[in-house]
Amino acid sequence: MYKYNEFDEAFVRERVAQFRQQVERRIDGSLTEDEFKPLRLMNGLYLQLHAYMLRVAIPYGTLDSRKMRQLAMIAERWDKGYGHFTTRQNIQYNWPKLPDVPDMLEALADVEMHAIQTSGNTIRNVTADHFAGAAADEIADPRPVAELLRQWSTDHPEFQFLPRKFKIAVTGSPNDRAVTKSHDIGIRMVEKDRQPGYEIIVGGGLGRTPLIGKVIRDFLPAQDLLPYVEAIVSVYNLLGRRDNKYKARVKITVHEHGIDTIRDLVEERFAQLRPEFGGGDQELLAEIEAAFAPPAFRDAATDTYEAAYDSDPVFRSWADTNLTAHRNAQYAIVSISLKAHGKTPGDATAEQMRVMADLAERYGHDELRISHEQNVILPHVHKSDLPAVHAALKDAGLATANIGLISDIIACPGMDYCALATARSIPIAQEIATRFDELKLEHDIGQLKIKISGCINACGHHHVGHIGILGLDRAGVENYQITLGGDGTENAAIGTRTGPGFPADEIVPAIERIVYAYLEHRESEEETFLQTYRRLGMAPFKAALYPAEERADAA
Amino acid sequence: MSRRFTPKVVTANALLEGDNVWLTEDDRWSRDMAEAEFIEDEAHGQIRLLFAQSQASVVVGAYLADAKMGQCGPEPTHFRETFRTRGPSNYHHGKQAEESTHV
Ligand code: SF4
Repeated sequence: MYKYNEFDEAFVRERVAQFRQQVERRIDGSLTEDEFKPLRLMNGLYLQLHAYMLRVAIPYGTLDSRKMRQLAMIAERWDKGYGHFTTRQNIQYNWPKLPDVPDMLEALADVEMHAIQTSGNTIRNVTADHFAGAAADEIADPRPVAELLRQWSTDHPEFQFLPRKFKIAVTGSPNDRAVTKSHDIGIRMVEKDRQPGYEIIVGGGLGRTPLIGKVIRDFLPAQDLLPYVEAIVSVYNLLGRRDNKYKARVKITVHEHGIDTIRDLVEERFAQLRPEFGGGDQELLAEIEAAFAPPAFRDAATDTYEAAYDSDPVFRSWADTNLTAHRNAQYAIVSISLKAHGKTPGDATAEQMRVMADLAERYGHDELRISHEQNVILPHVHKSDLPAVHAALKDAGLATANIGLISDIIACPGMDYCALATARSIPIAQEIATRFDELKLEHDIGQLKIKISGCINACGHHHVGHIGILGLDRAGVENYQITLGGDGTENAAIGTRTGPGFPADEIVPAIERIVYAYLEHRESEEETFLQTYRRLGMAPFKAALYPAEERADAA
Repeated sequence: MSRRFTPKVVTANALLEGDNVWLTEDDRWSRDMAEAEFIEDEAHGQIRLLFAQSQASVVVGAYLADAKMGQCGPEPTHFRETFRTRGPSNYHHGKQAEESTHV
């Protein structure tokens, strides 16, 4: 795992010391809230609906057992014994008290973690494929590049006051699990004439104006990455609209000026910047790459796995749903579901965090990942250890076999926590998961991603959900709009609205009607919900959703 | 055209805990909305809001929220304000788990 260098360590410690003083000065009245707010936001501290919230960065979602245990300790000591993993691969604590926050940051610094640049108009935590370094379909581990970008962007003097926040995602695999096309910059590793390079996508984003990113460079030689990304951010820094918050993201800049103009400006800037980098970044990258060397994989028999698979139906169901092919055939990637039916998506108790840390240490080459789908990944587990891992997960309430299924729902905190929300999202997720568990239908339904946001900001990625749900406030009542056909993969698509929304007590039956319509119309069990939708379009789903209107139209 | 003034309460978050608080008639911040001053006059509301905003070392983000008079005191009219008197719906945390106390 990548280790902080002395510079990182000193920088993080200094920031904690500064923030401790700032908090003291806020409490004794020498700083006003207007003065303090930007300072606390720079350190990841928000004020939410019922309390403060501390957002901690988990760079590219990678943790080891020591870090995970520290997150558990912090949850217990200063919060209410749990943490919430987010769609940006971060963790949020929902109940910190202001005077405790400097101690929490200090405890994070002890394990080389921090909350810097998790808010504000800066380059945010760089996200990456959660199967990085393990996936069978991967060209190369994207995390060294993500780490290079993290170092380059952390405290970058030119980019502390961008027109708006800026999010970068990297994937090393043709199957895009990092939703690169809905980021400000998406980076996809590609090869051309056996040379490694990147496809650079710019201007994707969800929120109020959802847009799929556009390719600005289809092949960028690997060594040109930093100057090129810097050129994009620097062009945006000048052109991006500071007059209107809703038009300030780079997606709007690209939309207003057109990708060709942006490309020309970026190329021009790139030509100036490129000589200035002088190769230092590549030396650094080489060092980082060494720190991400793959673990020493074991060579052992896997027959205990096969025996358990044949004899234990519960294990088999979990293995079928929650395992992904590893590039080493003796290994598997384990996805631990934080979506037990009826529980809050993405939440883990301190005890569960410790169980996952123990399993990573004992069976997983000490690696853990947080996925943007709010689950935890053990990227490297030898197949012979899977029965033991499964048994331990089961004891901790972590063995739900539902990865990728209808109850593996992404939900933002919504109005249960978020001050910006227009409706709740968590209870809707809980009810849908509970309902489909009762119906015992979810394995039959197969791959179906539901994503829920509690407002137009779309932290729950509802636009790219196969079924997206957006909670709104309609005349003082919670109301839920449905979109269908969204997709967050390499075939990214924004979902289409079905029509009028539904009140809270009608949304679960509405989802049920959509699902039954799919089951009725699919050509075979192999045809997924998304495929059926793409084949048939909206009509059959609309008919199922709004039956009364259909009749009225026909009359 | 002048609209009828909807009654209000002044509410904010406590500086130290972030917990929701309401301004009382005698200038305290209560954690219980029922103790809030019920404001039926727009101009008075503005004066109370200004007072609240001057309490920067006690509270954060003061604003006027719509309210109606209930049996035990002011009550919320919008679901967001209702949640603020209660806490989240996924855990028994926040106000629903605590007894009312004063700042
Ligand atoms: S989508 Fe809206 S409600 Fe949900 S976390 Fe983001 S800002 Fe809050």
